[in-house]
Amino acid sequence: MVMGDVPLDTEVVVVGAGPGGYAAAFHAADLGLEVTLVSEEERLGGTCLLRGCIPSKTLLSLADLLHSAREAAAKGIRFGEPELDLEQIRDWKGKAVDRLTGGLDRLAEDRSVRVVRGRARFAGPRELHVHGEEEVEVTFEHAILAVGSRPVPLPPMEFGEGVWSSADALELPEIPDSLLVVGGGYVGLELGCVYASLGSQVTLAEMEDRLLPAADSDLVKPLAQRTEDLFQAVHLEASVEGMEETEEGLRVSFATAGGRDEPPEDGTFRRVLLAVGRKPDTRELGLDDAGVELDEDGFVVVDAERRTTADTILAVGDATGEPLLAHKAIQEGRVAAEVVAGEPAAFDARAVPAVVYTDPEIAWCGLTEREAEEEGREVRVVRFPWQASGRAVSMGEGEGFTKLILDPDTERVLGMGVTGPQAEALIAEGALAMEMGAVARDLAFTIHPHPTLSETVQEAAEQALDRATHV
Amino acid sequence: MAKEFRLQDPGEGVHEAEIVEIDVAAGDQVEDGDVVFVVETDKAAVEIPAPFTGTVEEVRVEEDELVEVGDVLLTYTEEKAGGKEGEQPTGGEEGAEAEGPEEREGEEERGEDEEEAREEEEEEGEEEERKAGRAAAVPDDTPVPASPATRRLARELDVDLRQVPGSGPEGRVTSADVRDFAQEGPAEAEEAEEEAAVRKEEEGEREGAPEETRAREETGEEAPALPFRTLVKKPPTLPDFSRWGPVRREPLRRIRRSVARRMTMAWWEVPHVTHQEVADITKLERFRKEHEGAVEEGGGQLTLTVLVLKAAVASLKEHPRFNASLDVDAEELVLKDYYNLGLAVDTPEGLVVPVIRDVDGKSLAELSREIPRLVSRVREGEATQEDLQGGTFTLTNPGPLGGTSFTPIVRHPEVAILGMAAARMEPVMVGDLVEWEIEARLRLPLVLAFDHRVNDGADAARFMNTVVETLNDIDSLLLKI
Repeated sequence: MVMGDVPLDTEVVVVGAGPGGYAAAFHAADLGLEVTLVSEEERLGGTCLLRGCIPSKTLLSLADLLHSAREAAAKGIRFGEPELDLEQIRDWKGKAVDRLTGGLDRLAEDRSVRVVRGRARFAGPRELHVHGEEEVEVTFEHAILAVGSRPVPLPPMEFGEGVWSSADALELPEIPDSLLVVGGGYVGLELGCVYASLGSQVTLAEMEDRLLPAADSDLVKPLAQRTEDLFQAVHLEASVEGMEETEEGLRVSFATAGGRDEPPEDGTFRRVLLAVGRKPDTRELGLDDAGVELDEDGFVVVDAERRTTADTILAVGDATGEPLLAHKAIQEGRVAAEVVAGEPAAFDARAVPAVVYTDPEIAWCGLTEREAEEEGREVRVVRFPWQASGRAVSMGEGEGFTKLILDPDTERVLGMGVTGPQAEALIAEGALAMEMGAVARDLAFTIHPHPTLSETVQEAAEQALDRATHV
Repeated sequence: MAKEFRLQDPGEGVHEAEIVEIDVAAGDQVEDGDVVFVVETDKAAVEIPAPFTGTVEEVRVEEDELVEVGDVLLTYTEEKAGGKEGEQPTGGEEGAEAEGPEEREGEEERGEDEEEAREEEEEEGEEEERKAGRAAAVPDDTPVPASPATRRLARELDVDLRQVPGSGPEGRVTSADVRDFAQEGPAEAEEAEEEAAVRKEEEGEREGAPEETRAREETGEEAPALPFRTLVKKPPTLPDFSRWGPVRREPLRRIRRSVARRMTMAWWEVPHVTHQEVADITKLERFRKEHEGAVEEGGGQLTLTVLVLKAAVASLKEHPRFNASLDVDAEELVLKDYYNLGLAVDTPEGLVVPVIRDVDGKSLAELSREIPRLVSRVREGEATQEDLQGGTFTLTNPGPLGGTSFTPIVRHPEVAILGMAAARMEPVMVGDLVEWEIEARLRLPLVLAFDHRVNDGADAARFMNTVVETLNDIDSLLLKI
């Protein structure tokens, strides 16, 4: 369809083509609505597909491979030193992204979702302009905002000049001999692992007293041990104080944060990766004109039906608040589409799983022990260590464990945590258990295939009945 | 230990209710499911069954008292049942049921060798028992155990999950529970009513109470709740009709009772006047016949009612004081800028008035599709509270059954109702005194009953003229809709 300066009238306009946006657009079209999708970028998929989840997981699969090859020596298989062809790695990663984003184009076409490329700016509660190669004036009955988020810099450091954002790092421009990762959240850890596996000397600085502050500390422990080997250094309770460019690279000085006595020594790094957080991409969208309110952090204020303060406008995904996760955005996008279609939908998920694709992987959902403690809520926690799992041992992965957080009276599953390989997949059972209101016995009485890591969920549940078979 | 029985939300987010009837007194033996109170919310009269089997210790409320959700209605001592069958040959079984048969059966089925698990389960069972004593199963700060599909269903049926007792394993609320809860209100009340009536009769016979006393008690109980500011508090005692011949008694069913209450209230509250006129619908009927086929193809029924609804809205727009309510306390008229018209529907249980929303904004074709669907839902007893609320004016059409005229009663707090009698072919004189002829015309007698506090006879005549002119002239109807 050719766009000119002709005004365009549509039932539903979705702004943003990431997971929240395309899920909303496709679902709305499936519900019989006439949909226009505004994508600021040529390719659909947003941060997740273009410079987030998908490229990072593609690179992490290589890191896994390298790690497995090295580990294999202890199991009796020795490989030679790996040779890296950066160009081919980039090419391979690019193909994975192309394939998925091309798939989205087809899915949009199949549903007759009209795609308009350009930057949207609202002119009122029923009107927006798209500035792209062509100027399009869109009038709509409903708009679904799915504008996402972007990495924030950490003054005095700005992106550029050797200071990377996660998006830059995922381009894999080079393998710097030394890399400072600022931020011990999942982005910093995942990318730190990628670069360390590919040969960089990685140093990580985190302000809190441990890595992954949002996760329970027991889940993080095996990863913390692994990073001691994998990384050059991990500085906790440390913040960046200053940075200057020198011949050898970027000279960074640190300050103490929290209870640390002495700041880490200054260091010089070829590159610095800033992974200290993301902020909603809600500026310069004309949201004021549309009557859409933002909170003090710039997130769009929404209710459970994903309605903003403007009657005609809904919002989903990162732009609406934590956790900034694609799967949450997808679900919210579907809810928003249904609400627009007049269905009584609402976002009432009880578990939004979080996965960190490090080695070992970490995943959790629902209530964490830390949250329970903060709320002063009594819980019963049962753990199944993987040393007792036949499958884990046969894979040479005995360090992981699976835990369930239960209501002490009803033994209802309130949360789950896993660390170890395949945690990404195992956590889904915890999410299902929570959504279904399952109790420990439901999990304990469900036959899980043997020998698999999934059994560890069953065995953890059996601990709650004080009768686990393998401990 | 005396336990407290509190008022739960009878549904639909009601916060307070008026005690209309108290069916128990201190010391009374009550069985689970017995109706102990009748309360009236702003939406309906609701019977409150006891969720326990036991003895009433103290009734904490009085008739006509306004109570809020959470207020203690009465205190009672619970009869311990379950596991002790035999002690109470009549009450035992029902008692056990109240305490959750699933938990108990679960215990008995479980092997004796799992002592620990069993103990835990017993604790849990007791927990469930405690919760079953209240209608709401789940405290406010924890999520109701229900699957995403069930939660969605609850939203679709407008059911508050917290109010639904879970029958699923481990107290989970199932989709079936939600469906039952959405429908059960009436069903349960009806059953309880029937049981109560039967029991009362049996008791009467057993105790040989004089017929007259029973009659007084019963009529006292069944009397409609009269509105405030009326002179008559209680209708006079009925004579003993059986002195003159055999009599049979049947309880007033839910809808009948509701009609009785509402009509009594409207009759007392509203000074009624009726205004009558006849519309010539010859052209209109030709129009209807011409288009009914096309409408039928679109899945609708283009009835005379649909056309009159539209004409009524056209007139309401010109005469907004008929689309209003009277706020007696504020001494203000509430004028409504929306047109939700009630349509009186004759059902086997009695009169039900579903509301068609935004009649002004809907086309004849849309109304022709919507109305038959709504009516059949009502006749099948599937109407929701939502279907019955929010009306601004009512149309009643007993015409198809016959009748030349009648005087409908205004549905308070509306201020007018339009009635259609039977349309008939009639000879009509046209022309003037000198030149005239007789034509066969189809004529529809209409009657408007209105609240004289809000409108006068002249207003009614003007309102009716607009209706009649609109119906007489199909072109003007089409222009107005």
